[in-house]
Amino acid sequence: MLGRIRRRYILVKIESDEEIDRRSFLNAVWSSILRLFGEYGASQTELALIEYRWKERSAILRCSHRALEMVKSAIAAITRINGKEATIHILLVSGTLKSLRRKSKTIFAQENKNNMSQKSN
Amino acid sequence: MKFVDLHLRPPVNQFDKMRKLIEKSAELGYSVVGLTFPIDVKREYVENAQKICKELGLDMVTRADLTPKNSRELLSMLRKIRRKFEVIGVNCQTKQTYIQAAKDRRVDLISAHSGEYKKHFFGKSEAKLASEKNAALEVNLTPLLYTEGFRRIHLLNILRKEISAANKFGVPIVLSSGAENPRLLRKPNDYAALTYLLGLDLHSAKLALSVNPINIVERNRRKLSPNYICPGVYLVKRGKDC
Repeated sequence: MLGRIRRRYILVKIESDEEIDRRSFLNAVWSSILRLFGEYGASQTELALIEYRWKERSAILRCSHRALEMVKSAIAAITRINGKEATIHILLVSGTLKSLRRKSKTIFAQENKNNMSQKSN
Repeated sequence: MKFVDLHLRPPVNQFDKMRKLIEKSAELGYSVVGLTFPIDVKREYVENAQKICKELGLDMVTRADLTPKNSRELLSMLRKIRRKFEVIGVNCQTKQTYIQAAKDRRVDLISAHSGEYKKHFFGKSEAKLASEKNAALEVNLTPLLYTEGFRRIHLLNILRKEISAANKFGVPIVLSSGAENPRLLRKPNDYAALTYLLGLDLHSAKLALSVNPINIVERNRRKLSPNYICPGVYLVKRGKDC
């Protein structure tokens, strides 16, 4: 019998000097997974892009909990998106979207606070 | 947990680039950074780097990378510079230098996969020698990011073998970036995720990014302090009342 599907939600931060659209971002993640783990590996990830906010330079990805390590390593290995230099940092991993959003609020609040203090300095 | 990146390679004579690299490390959550300097570095460059690190609240470690052609050259280099730098890393090109580096107490880090992979790499014999001395195996993760295709396949294969040999003989592993460019720097957790490709579990990866490099730095700082006499013997107090 098939068990309950367990998923993981990953909040990432995108760093790039040029604007990157949703499709290019997802393509970059998929191609990194394909390069590192091949088609068989990619089929196990059940990857989906849940949310993409260029203004905040953040995105939320969903994957199977069994393929979490694969997806994390593929994300860390990205150096270019659509030919432009870019870096993706993993900020948070959570089991539910609700808890991820709750935790992300504190992270972004902290970041804003740091930015404000840097500007005042 | 205190995270360490023992291998930053900034262009020491370009102040702005060096600053950007160090700032990025601080932003990504590192508390200790090892900056690689040329052997004959001018004192002012080291002082500049120290100033930047101090401003950012980072602990700076001075490091030199040696690339000797043979074991004799390695010995002469070590004799000259050992007391000038806090950490010494060796890129071995021949089997002879691998063995010499592994059995020399003055060598802190042996860089993984620095030579030509078909000829030599950190195998069981080198790991056995290194386990009896102080040397740790250093894995630079930046090449994993910029290589592609067959080159990355070979690199992953060799690194996995080297890590497995090091684990078998209890040689400490140190993970570092080896980055020259801030774009190639990653967070400690991202590096830990990347080591999934090398067959290293998350706990060992975190040790390799924090405890193992800190142990090396602390040991060397003790040795370089004026109170160090010989292994196990330290000067506790100076003065007439002793």
